[in-house]
Amino acid sequence: MIQEGQARIPSGCAISGIFSKSGERFSGADIIQSITVMHDRSNGLGGGFAAYGVYPEYKDYYAFHLFYDNQQAQKECEDFLHRHFDIANCSEIPTKRTEGVTDAPLIWRYFGAPHTTRLSASQLDEREYVAKCVFRINGSYPGAYVFSSGKNMGVFKGVGFPEDIARFYMLDTYEGHCFTAHGRYPTNTPGWWGGAHPFALLDYSVVHNGEISSYDANRRAIEMYGYKCDLLTDTEVIAYIIDYLHRKKGLTFWEIAQVIAAPFWQTIETMPEEERQTHEYLRSMFSSQLITGPFSIIAGFEGGMMALNDRLKLRSMVVGEKGDRVYISSEEAAIRVIEPDLDRIWSPKGGELVLVNLEGGTA
Amino acid sequence: MDEKWCLGCHLCEYYCAFAQTNEKDMARALKDRKIAPRIQVEDSGNVHFAVSCRHCKEPLCVKACITGALSVEDSVIRIDPDRCVGCYTCVLICPYGAIAPAIAGATAPEGGGLVVQKCELCLQNKMGTPQCVQNCPNAAIVYEDRG
Amino acid sequence: MGVWGGVYPEYEIARNADRCVVCRVCERQCANEAHEYIPEINKMAADDAKCVNCHRCVALCPTRALKIVKSGNTYKENMNWTEKTINEIYKQADTGGVLLSSMGNPEPYPIYFDKLTLNASQVTNPSIDPLREPMETRIFLGAKPNAIERDENGKLKNNLPPQLKLTMPMMFAAMSYGAISYNAHESLARAAEELGVFYNTGEGGLHEDFYRYGKNTIVQVASGRFGVHKEYLNAGMAVEIKMGQGAKPGIGGHLPGAKIVADVSRTRMIPEGADAISPAPHHDIYSIEDLRQLVYSLKETTEYQKPVIVKIAAVHNVAAIASGIARSGADIIALDGFRGGTGAAPTRIRDCVGIPIELALAGVDTRLREEGIRDRVSIVASGGIRSSTDIFKAIALGADCVYLGTAALMALGCHLCRSCQAGKCNWGIATQTPELVKRLNPNIGYKRLVNLMRAWQHEIEEMMGGMGINSIEALKGNRLALRGVGLNEKELAILGVKHAGE
Repeated sequence: MIQEGQARIPSGCAISGIFSKSGERFSGADIIQSITVMHDRSNGLGGGFAAYGVYPEYKDYYAFHLFYDNQQAQKECEDFLHRHFDIANCSEIPTKRTEGVTDAPLIWRYFGAPHTTRLSASQLDEREYVAKCVFRINGSYPGAYVFSSGKNMGVFKGVGFPEDIARFYMLDTYEGHCFTAHGRYPTNTPGWWGGAHPFALLDYSVVHNGEISSYDANRRAIEMYGYKCDLLTDTEVIAYIIDYLHRKKGLTFWEIAQVIAAPFWQTIETMPEEERQTHEYLRSMFSSQLITGPFSIIAGFEGGMMALNDRLKLRSMVVGEKGDRVYISSEEAAIRVIEPDLDRIWSPKGGELVLVNLEGGTA
Repeated sequence: MDEKWCLGCHLCEYYCAFAQTNEKDMARALKDRKIAPRIQVEDSGNVHFAVSCRHCKEPLCVKACITGALSVEDSVIRIDPDRCVGCYTCVLICPYGAIAPAIAGATAPEGGGLVVQKCELCLQNKMGTPQCVQNCPNAAIVYEDRG
Repeated sequence: MGVWGGVYPEYEIARNADRCVVCRVCERQCANEAHEYIPEINKMAADDAKCVNCHRCVALCPTRALKIVKSGNTYKENMNWTEKTINEIYKQADTGGVLLSSMGNPEPYPIYFDKLTLNASQVTNPSIDPLREPMETRIFLGAKPNAIERDENGKLKNNLPPQLKLTMPMMFAAMSYGAISYNAHESLARAAEELGVFYNTGEGGLHEDFYRYGKNTIVQVASGRFGVHKEYLNAGMAVEIKMGQGAKPGIGGHLPGAKIVADVSRTRMIPEGADAISPAPHHDIYSIEDLRQLVYSLKETTEYQKPVIVKIAAVHNVAAIASGIARSGADIIALDGFRGGTGAAPTRIRDCVGIPIELALAGVDTRLREEGIRDRVSIVASGGIRSSTDIFKAIALGADCVYLGTAALMALGCHLCRSCQAGKCNWGIATQTPELVKRLNPNIGYKRLVNLMRAWQHEIEEMMGGMGINSIEALKGNRLALRGVGLNEKELAILGVKHAGE
């Protein structure tokens, strides 16, 4: 059987996200309820969640979540972590035996800050240092896999239906200001925990429904900038593109949306001159980051959440608002189930960015 | 007619002659027959020019015709074969040399009695559109209204 | 040379006497005088030895009485000493000369384009109907800067170096005025203008009549520097330095004095009737650092307003050379594979030097990505691109755009007789003889070029839609769109594609 990362696996999916603009923290129960409604959109071969604002006591530390195949891998990887980070806390992530969730790897969590001397010797910006360490572990430490590496956020994922995965991690015991969720429907799968979604790097996390036709063009371009696509999934490459455009290139999320789901030239031609020039610049400068084919994505990041459909809107996605809460989901039912009385609900157009930020900046 | 593009290949003459026969196949129509095309290519060194009726606005031939065999119909100068008596006045008076006596034994025009022949833009045969224009390999012959 | 010199004609003119109406168009249209009218019997005759198999007579014969067939004369069959080899020996023993040929390499090397198949969407993502949805083929060629810049208000600044904007990923390859006719150039220029793409002057300068097509022109600077002056360099939208040509890598050019007629002489800035000899190397470029100097000299001359293209032949270490060029300040690299055409080349060079464009392109794209410098340059692939699928596959392998030479000439009438070097092109393309040149009416020629390009554009859109791609940039380097059929591991590795079934 081919393992995840050795072959490209197309998947259909369900996605959902909840965001509190005021930064009010709420439990994971809502997102579980939402993704459970869309049970039929996944097939039990992957489910997961990203939760933001869940580690306030360690908010200045990078929270690393790792899967280990065995204790040998854990030992070698921990040596690496201790060499590169001051680890403030390390523990097994609490889980509960759950029917439908089997073959769980060892799942550990570390809160760490880069070693100051190592960091200055590397001459890298702190976040680049952390990203490089993540790539090192995932590329060079067989049996160890970092699946979450942001501050004050964490990814919880595995092989199973998303509601079972939530029970397994006891997600309802976490409180945060933003949750995203994913139910996976891969067309074939080796059933590897690391291959479940969300996919995350630093504080960027992506849940995605779709199958992009530009995949290899995007992958080969992003790998040139030092990213290593180990999983060969769309979600991985989209997460890297967002990280690259936002963190490395300094584009705004609006600009990122114009790059990855660019307006058609025929639309751009009708725009006022200044706007037209901006689009022409972005499309020619970042042509290899254009994503074609169906997708709906919800991306979480420090202080905000964005959602985007492909330029033709070939995947369903609806947005609802109630008070300070923003709900985004593949299906309206998955929003109504937690908030039947919405102030507003709409279906964003293809390529139309939905961006929500915490009021008063980052949390 | 633009002599800049005329190659002197004389294909127009053959397509013209063929058009008059109303046959389906040029080989059958023209094989071992003398042709009498209504368009004629004049060659002089590297200059070539295909001559045919220009369908003048004020045609001298029509004025000169003694029997009324020549007339203008929808800007095209037509011949009524039943009226022509072969006086050749039109042949002599046409400043472009575009009207010629019909040659006995050549690719015969339909309807007997025709004694002069000229281009009628293939309206009188089965083709309906000028065959010299359609088959010129270099677009040297064009059919357009020049007012 | 008597009995020794004769090589039996490879082709013969077959005339169907029942269909010939003796219109003599064959005789009038053959510059090689292969046809003759015999008045005594009122019949046509032919001298097969003079026929170059250009099909001018076949195409114009109004009764389809003519065809060209293989003569069928054979030597005793020998798999080692083939008919071609034997004839070449006889020819050289006869003349003592270097064998000359034209157009691209006709030898039976593998054609990798034909061993690559395309993907299409099924179930997991939808194909897109190009008749209902926008399908984008617009591209930009040029270097991309490393970082964005913003003004004081945080607005993005346009810090892109000059770019070429094309409506479709195809351009007309460099073919000089001199090698091809005035009317051929006019056809290319007008087609490029109508299509919103570019044609390339080749190394023979730019005729004064064609400066008005500057917005769709790439001007070339080759080793002979014919017709190069400041106004010329600024006349087009980009400047191309021709380092090599796929048909004859390592070899210069030789336009015989007979083709240097008045206009060509004035355009090339050389005396009428003098042979135009392009040296094999540029004598101011003996190494990569010299290339950098020429790149920047041209940029200075054009005030950094024009991208500079460096065109090289696909040779063995093309990837390393391309990497050097990408670091030389060039904005675009044109790669010319060994099937690329030419107006004249030594046969041995044409047939044996260089490598296929598919492998060169894949190798260069991979190398530039490995070195992280793929964004510094655009890649134009050329040399044997025959169809929209070849273009599609080239882009999936990593090209930004392609150059079309031979295919464009075929749209203008070329029948690939491969006798350009004789200067008696019956189709009015590769000739400077006025009565032959006039056979190519640019009013017809440019329309045929436009037809061909538009047809290919439509086909590319169909193929893109089939695999769910609605913008050509999502195809660039998208090698998962390809699968190899019947290729070995090494070939697959170089092309960076999987085998069908994987």
